[in-house]
Amino acid sequence: MTITPDDVHHVAKLARLNFNEEEVARLARDLGDILQHASKIAELDLAGVEPTAHPIKLKNVWRPDEVRPSLTPEQALANAPAAEENKFRVPRILEVEDSEE
Amino acid sequence: MRARTAAGIVASIRSGEATATATIATHLAEIERTDGEIRAFLEVLGDLALEQARAVDDGEVTGPLAGVPVAIKDVLCMDGIATTCGSKILDGWRPPYTATAVRRLIESGAIPIGKTNMDEFAMGSSTENSAFGPTLNPWSTQHVPGGSSGGSAAAVAAGHVPVSLGSDTGGSIRQPASLCGVVGMKPTYGRVSRYGLVAFASSLDQIGPFSQTVEDAALIYVAIAGHDPMDSTSLPEPLGDPVGALSRGIDGLRFGVVTELAGDAIDPEVAAVFAAVTEGLGAREVSLPSFTHALSAYYLIAPAEASSNLARFDGVRYGLRIDADDTTTMMCRSREAGFGPEVKRRIMLGTYALSAGYYDAYYGQAQKVRTLVANDFARAFEEFDILLSPTSPTTAFEIGERAADPLAMYLSDLCTIPANLAGIPAISIPAGLDSKGLPIGLQLMAPALEEERLFAAAAEIEARIAFDAKPNLLGAGT
Amino acid sequence: MSSFETVIGIEVHVELSTNTKMFCGCANEFGAPPNTNTCPVCLGLPGSLPVINEQAVRDAVKIGLALNCEIAGACLFHRKNYFYPDMPKDFQISQYDEPICYDGYLDVEGGRVGITRAHMEEDTGKSTHIGEDGRIHDATHSLIDYNRAGVPLIEIVSRPDITSPSHARAYATELRNVLRSLGVSDVKMEEGSMRCDANISLREPGSALGTKVEIKNMNSLRSLQRALEYEEARQREILESGGAVTQETRHWNEADCQTHSMRSKEEAFDYRYFPEPDLVPLAPPPALVEELRSSIPELPAARRARLASEWSLTDQQISTLTSVDGLLEIVSDAVARGADPVTATNWATGDVLAKLKSDSIDADQSGLNGHKLADLCALVANGILSTKLAKQVLITIMETGKRPGQIIEEEGLAQVTDESELAAIVESIVNDNPDEAERYRAGEEKLLGFFVGQAMKATRGKGNPQTLNELIRSKLRR
Repeated sequence: MTITPDDVHHVAKLARLNFNEEEVARLARDLGDILQHASKIAELDLAGVEPTAHPIKLKNVWRPDEVRPSLTPEQALANAPAAEENKFRVPRILEVEDSEE
Repeated sequence: MRARTAAGIVASIRSGEATATATIATHLAEIERTDGEIRAFLEVLGDLALEQARAVDDGEVTGPLAGVPVAIKDVLCMDGIATTCGSKILDGWRPPYTATAVRRLIESGAIPIGKTNMDEFAMGSSTENSAFGPTLNPWSTQHVPGGSSGGSAAAVAAGHVPVSLGSDTGGSIRQPASLCGVVGMKPTYGRVSRYGLVAFASSLDQIGPFSQTVEDAALIYVAIAGHDPMDSTSLPEPLGDPVGALSRGIDGLRFGVVTELAGDAIDPEVAAVFAAVTEGLGAREVSLPSFTHALSAYYLIAPAEASSNLARFDGVRYGLRIDADDTTTMMCRSREAGFGPEVKRRIMLGTYALSAGYYDAYYGQAQKVRTLVANDFARAFEEFDILLSPTSPTTAFEIGERAADPLAMYLSDLCTIPANLAGIPAISIPAGLDSKGLPIGLQLMAPALEEERLFAAAAEIEARIAFDAKPNLLGAGT
Repeated sequence: MSSFETVIGIEVHVELSTNTKMFCGCANEFGAPPNTNTCPVCLGLPGSLPVINEQAVRDAVKIGLALNCEIAGACLFHRKNYFYPDMPKDFQISQYDEPICYDGYLDVEGGRVGITRAHMEEDTGKSTHIGEDGRIHDATHSLIDYNRAGVPLIEIVSRPDITSPSHARAYATELRNVLRSLGVSDVKMEEGSMRCDANISLREPGSALGTKVEIKNMNSLRSLQRALEYEEARQREILESGGAVTQETRHWNEADCQTHSMRSKEEAFDYRYFPEPDLVPLAPPPALVEELRSSIPELPAARRARLASEWSLTDQQISTLTSVDGLLEIVSDAVARGADPVTATNWATGDVLAKLKSDSIDADQSGLNGHKLADLCALVANGILSTKLAKQVLITIMETGKRPGQIIEEEGLAQVTDESELAAIVESIVNDNPDEAERYRAGEEKLLGFFVGQAMKATRGKGNPQTLNELIRSKLRR
């Protein structure tokens, strides 16, 4: 399994991580080694096997629609690196996403 | 000093022979005396513990564990107390709530005495990946205590506490228990609420106890287990009576040895001790072929879930922020500065395994291997009541020995991972020492929900092995 | 030239009006002070876990049934992974390849629209962009309120069956009416509790689908239609001049009535969906589905058919009557108490609606109810009130809530029907206007109205017009 520096850059972007070139080279090697090991299972013929997402067989776990106490805004914001007007403050947002109004 | 057991402490406080305050003070003193060397604790909660001890002595707090000091892996939230997960990225974070397992311990009268060191976000098998430096093995400070719950294992081995809590995603309780010569138990997935456990890999994580004895492990398990409406994956089935089952013995139990977990990968000294124990139990071999792929499946599933679970550490709401002109850059810089190399490596691996074009070959295929592992266990448990293996292929390795080679480190979890993939309960108990005087652990595995059977077998085998070696701590003078 | 046909698909996000959020017990309310409805779960704090809101599941099933969907025997939640600061976990819990509702349709004016799926997910927090003019690109920083984070959403995805902007509007309107009649959402586009995104492409009839453009940011049904009309024209112009449409997302700007290309993203979307390991599958039990099926109220289409056949109302009357909450209920109650359906409807859609609009109040905030409307209709039918007086009484009912009888009594508004009293008045009017009387007798019969008007003036509007008519005719008869 070969992982190129470009692969590392692409995945790093998805994961919001920065790496210098030395780290990129090291990661390309490490990930390549690990995936080489993992690729053995990629080659297995498991066509008829159901995937297991979860070790337990529960279903329909839900709660009644009853209001429970919330945190106070002071508690909610107590750990905020920056806050203003009882809101979490972040630097300007460059990317417009699905959630954008 | 060899710490008394939790059961012993409870009895002595009940009989009036000791007070909770004196008990806590003794343990705090012991931590003070030797933890500078071992570094099992990230934070000692002395004042809080003494306050709770007084409440026990005043009769305000009662319960089956009243007055028992307990160490908490720093991956479990406690209201108002710093929780780091061994990472710089949670710098300064004080959760506004307490994990269900910790709350239940406190309600049982147990007294959290400190938060213990761990591999960052529970990713590692040596506790060397802690952002706050490694914990050392009380049996030999040249060696690692195992991981990721190395601090909780070392704290019990060093006699700082009789019992502690850890979390186990691929062996993070059992492997350090094995390397530190203590008991470590991973319950059935869903038995102990994960609410308040900072997630590594949500479909694999379970909280469990460390202790000196199987009995203490059962006492802690009973205190923390049971249904919790705050965790959708919490099982509703009754716990039964694992403590009562301790004296049940092993008559009629059929023991199997998993061939795939007892082969060439196992160190000869470990294999010899293991063989001696299993022979005495009349164990027969059983081959579970899917286990040869379990490690690969685990190292795709766990990083994939982790890559998503760790996305929230982005500098917006809590923890470390490295500022920048725009939010995307701020997130990247905060994560770059806040996560250590192993965490980044696993986030990258998991992100890759889930990304477009690779999902089916990696994550999807790993989930199918998971089915095969569960099927193999089911088949084996038709023929056997308890499956056995060494807990760790080797005894404790030296600090730094595997740090540069992720694959070698990952092999430490070879024997423990299958139980996580299938969600079944497993326990590691001390079985002997190697020629360097380092502990060797024996793993027992039982079918899902069969904790009673697991504890019963472990207690009987513990009695037969009669392991009574103690680490010779610096200045311990024992 | 313009031989293109238009292909439109619509995605609607609807916020459910449950008491609590999708995965935690925080209140689901619009307009609360910032960050007052948050907890560890909806803030995405480490260690927190989601638990599904049962009511949201019930609402989702009801919506699916009302939209003629299949209800999944079992379905899953997935994580949709992408970083965005108003999303506390940096992933959204959504449904992916196993939605709860699928394969439905909605019949609307302009033709049936297929529904691919309706699935459950959670809303994000809300960002305010601080800077020159509050627009995202000019902002210096942003502030985030997580009150909305975790509010239950249903995403309803149509097939690309919509053939014109007006058809799109009809679909969205009917969908809104269905959701409103189910009582599952406020469906207020201006408050964001119903949000429409549209995909539009043009093609030559019979050829493959053209390149589609996604348009967002339409905050009313009117702007949905206008944005699509704009985009349809823009694409037609590009295609007719031999150009190619770029696949992109465009924002509708209400101010300049144009769509604008959004800044393109640095990386292609790669959401790395995988099953949410903190939740277990949903399998709505058949008994629950049947219970919900029987709880579904009369839907707008069925109601329209009933009103047309039973009450003989026109489409226009029906649409006006059902355009405002509570109006139909008042009329239905009045009809049940004996009022003529058409008369009662005319009152409701005329004077009642006008008064509600001018006072900017909802139907249930006025003093009118079905009983009072029925009384009013009866008073007019029995000749006790003229239409003109009845209008006056209606205003007073709506403002004070008094019963019509009481108003008539207090204000002395009943019609004068006593013939001898009215005959005296007619006598004097005819005598006072000899020229007009002469012309009437000469055949200028439209002057009847003049005499009636004079008589009404003399009775201050209280004379029964029918009686007056007859008296004047007989007086002027030669």
